[in-house]
Amino acid sequence: MNKNSVLEMRNISKSFPGVRALQNVQFSLCEGEIHALMGENGAGKSTLIKVLTGVYSKDEGDIFIKGIDNAVSIRSPQDAQNLGISTVYQEITLCPNLTVAENMFIGRTKGAGVNWKKMNDEADRILESLDIPAKAKQQLSSCSIAIQQMIAIARAVDMQCKILILDEPTSSLDEQEVEKLFKLMRDLKKKGVGIIFVTHFLDQVYEVCDKITVLRDGQFVGEYEIKDLPRVQLVSKMLGKELDDMSDIRGDYEGPGENVEKIFEATSLQSNAGIKPFDFYIRKGEVNGFTGLLGSGRSECVRAIFGADRVIKGTIKKNGQTVKIGKPIRAMKLGIGYLPEDRKVDGIIGDLSVRENIVLALQVMKGFFRPFSKAQAYKFADEYIKKLEIKTASADTPIKSLSGGNQQKVILARWLLTNPEYLILDEPTRGIDVGTKIEIQKLVLELAKQGKSITFISSETDEMLRTCSRLIVMRDRKVVGELKGDQLNQNTIMSTIAGGDK
Amino acid sequence: MSGSTTKNKSSFIQILQSMVSNQIFIPIAALLLLALFNLIVDPSFYSITLKESNDGFSTLQGNLISILDFGSELAILAIGMTFVTSASGGQDISVGATIAIAGSAILRILCGDNPRPSELQAPIFVAVIVGCIVAMLFGAFNGVLVSFFNIQPMVATLILFTAGRSIASWINNGQLPDVSFEPSFGYWGTYIPGVPIPTPFFIAVVCFIVTGLILKFTTLGLYSQSVGINESSAKLNGLNPKMIKLVTFVILGLCVGICGFIKVSRLSQINYSVIAKDIEMDAILAVALGGNALGGGKFNMTASILGAYVIQFLTTTLYKYGVSADALPAYKAVVVILLVVFSAPTVRDGLSNFWKKNFGKKAVKEVG
Repeated sequence: MNKNSVLEMRNISKSFPGVRALQNVQFSLCEGEIHALMGENGAGKSTLIKVLTGVYSKDEGDIFIKGIDNAVSIRSPQDAQNLGISTVYQEITLCPNLTVAENMFIGRTKGAGVNWKKMNDEADRILESLDIPAKAKQQLSSCSIAIQQMIAIARAVDMQCKILILDEPTSSLDEQEVEKLFKLMRDLKKKGVGIIFVTHFLDQVYEVCDKITVLRDGQFVGEYEIKDLPRVQLVSKMLGKELDDMSDIRGDYEGPGENVEKIFEATSLQSNAGIKPFDFYIRKGEVNGFTGLLGSGRSECVRAIFGADRVIKGTIKKNGQTVKIGKPIRAMKLGIGYLPEDRKVDGIIGDLSVRENIVLALQVMKGFFRPFSKAQAYKFADEYIKKLEIKTASADTPIKSLSGGNQQKVILARWLLTNPEYLILDEPTRGIDVGTKIEIQKLVLELAKQGKSITFISSETDEMLRTCSRLIVMRDRKVVGELKGDQLNQNTIMSTIAGGDK
Repeated sequence: MSGSTTKNKSSFIQILQSMVSNQIFIPIAALLLLALFNLIVDPSFYSITLKESNDGFSTLQGNLISILDFGSELAILAIGMTFVTSASGGQDISVGATIAIAGSAILRILCGDNPRPSELQAPIFVAVIVGCIVAMLFGAFNGVLVSFFNIQPMVATLILFTAGRSIASWINNGQLPDVSFEPSFGYWGTYIPGVPIPTPFFIAVVCFIVTGLILKFTTLGLYSQSVGINESSAKLNGLNPKMIKLVTFVILGLCVGICGFIKVSRLSQINYSVIAKDIEMDAILAVALGGNALGGGKFNMTASILGAYVIQFLTTTLYKYGVSADALPAYKAVVVILLVVFSAPTVRDGLSNFWKKNFGKKAVKEVG
């Protein structure tokens, strides 16, 4: 074990049924170091954290901690805490209706009695030493989210922690609050605490971290000093695309010209999901896409267009007419369809049959008092089962018993059945096999040729390049660029995602 | 049960399996079990006699008739409860109390200020309509709490469960009106002269038909199931989950109103603290016995209605064997335990494994 390390994780592997979440992952943390753990969603960051904190048990590998000669076994969060590993999660896990001091000492007092005065004095002392602007007797809910976050950290630090894990602590903080948090992190660093920092925000990584470990698809990509890894390279490591991968794989469909009418146009649209206002348009027969890292706000943008989140600002024009979209039904009636990102949560109605899932959207548009006859519904279902080659025992099979790819096809059928002018596909190819992916891409281009407009979102840049003639690039919940024509290549996309020439 | 087919499996077992996996199997099996029990222990349970009542008309009497009579009230409630369960994934426990409110409102309209009037102060149909509207308003109150304030249905309806009977009493200024002077009011809860079958059964049949028409000619079934299974997905398909939940509570309110009418008509008077006591538990039990998931989602209306009659069958059987009204809930609890245990996923998996194992062996023997 390295002399300065407080933590070394070697060859960690972890499988879940059907998924290898971690494969031979390495991670090491030195004293007084802020170490970023980077990777897209599903790369294995949280699994690694959960192995370290004892939430999951590892299948293979060893964990070493400073001061202990042998590999340690961490079987529960309690074990982790006893070894000096503390975690502060994205959501505050304290009790808002207790006081600050109570929150800091909850579950840590010995015996049944509590010495309130001593506890409050102790809490004030810690808060002061960490420069946290809160009082021991204050109720926690009266503090801002950032302060609450800091109190959670103070609690962790006071438990003699050597290793502090911060899992997306900044996602609900504004810039000033983030600054305060960073100051606290730097103070702790000086005191020799090793900090693991998990975040989606690239700017923050470069501001505060010393080292970066990148994971991708459950595998260890590498450990880098921050100065040796420029942003563009970080992004390419996370996405797993080499920068010199220049292959142009766009389809033969060139998209509409500049003079084709805009079928949908939004100006400074903003929803309550935390995205910055953005402008957007799509022409008839165009395929465009939102790109950016997961969590950059691309799904939130299309949700705002469809009225799935509450729109708080902006104007929308459909076919040149100003309209208001307050609810999904309104968007649907205007000829917009939306295939959501999370198939399980937002897409399928699990217990209902394939047939009911296919006709649902069209039925809702048709109205409450005009249900489709069973025969008509079967006709629709059978038509699309055949057209999209959905593999199902029958139209009556519950959709939840289908495979992921076939479920996705059913949802796609649902929206195609409504015959939308403008179709939004958010990650239509996630978690489905390669063959189906290509079928869906072909279908998208086919629809565009028929004059439909499509917004296509995918985590795989290849797919976007293959289908889209224009890309809107997002970073940190903001639209930061638009790429078309010659700019549509991996290099430009990645450098735009990474931002600037840093 | 999985749809895996083994070549060795005979078609009889397949038919049996598909029957067992059908939802309506549960209430039918329970019904058969009860029927068989009564047949063996005392066949006289099934005797039906034609008796002449005081006013010279003949009516049918017997255990089966009383099941048909009181089961109908329950079946009407089960309709509404099934919708509520499907859409909101919870149950309304204020049904009994709201029946008291509806009944009290009906009597108030009929009697006016004087609890012992000499003639009706309003036509019966007006009173019934008012009673139904009042019940629907209280249903809407529950619905708003559940859908717009996101309160758990059981907790939200606890309010009316607690306060309902006081409200009912308050409607008539705490007095106990009596309309027994007007025989035509009593027809609805007992017998129409010349018709030997109790009237509540006919009211229930009308409700079944209307429900059937609603399910056929509107999309309520699809919508409430969608909302109950996956609210967020339903929303993205253009549905308004809040509205749909509210509508189901209003429908239950209507069912409660009708049931309240039958209840006050039976006696032509009201006892605020006793009327329809604990009936919500029977209604919920009917939904559960119909094999519907109490967590919401898919439902089978026929099974619920059948479930209601099965519950009444059980109640009547228990009365027949001298179980006192106080002890009744304990026996029903046994049924609930059995239902819950057998519908638990772990037990079901265990049973289906057991089933497969045994039939697997048998099949091999047959081949050998």
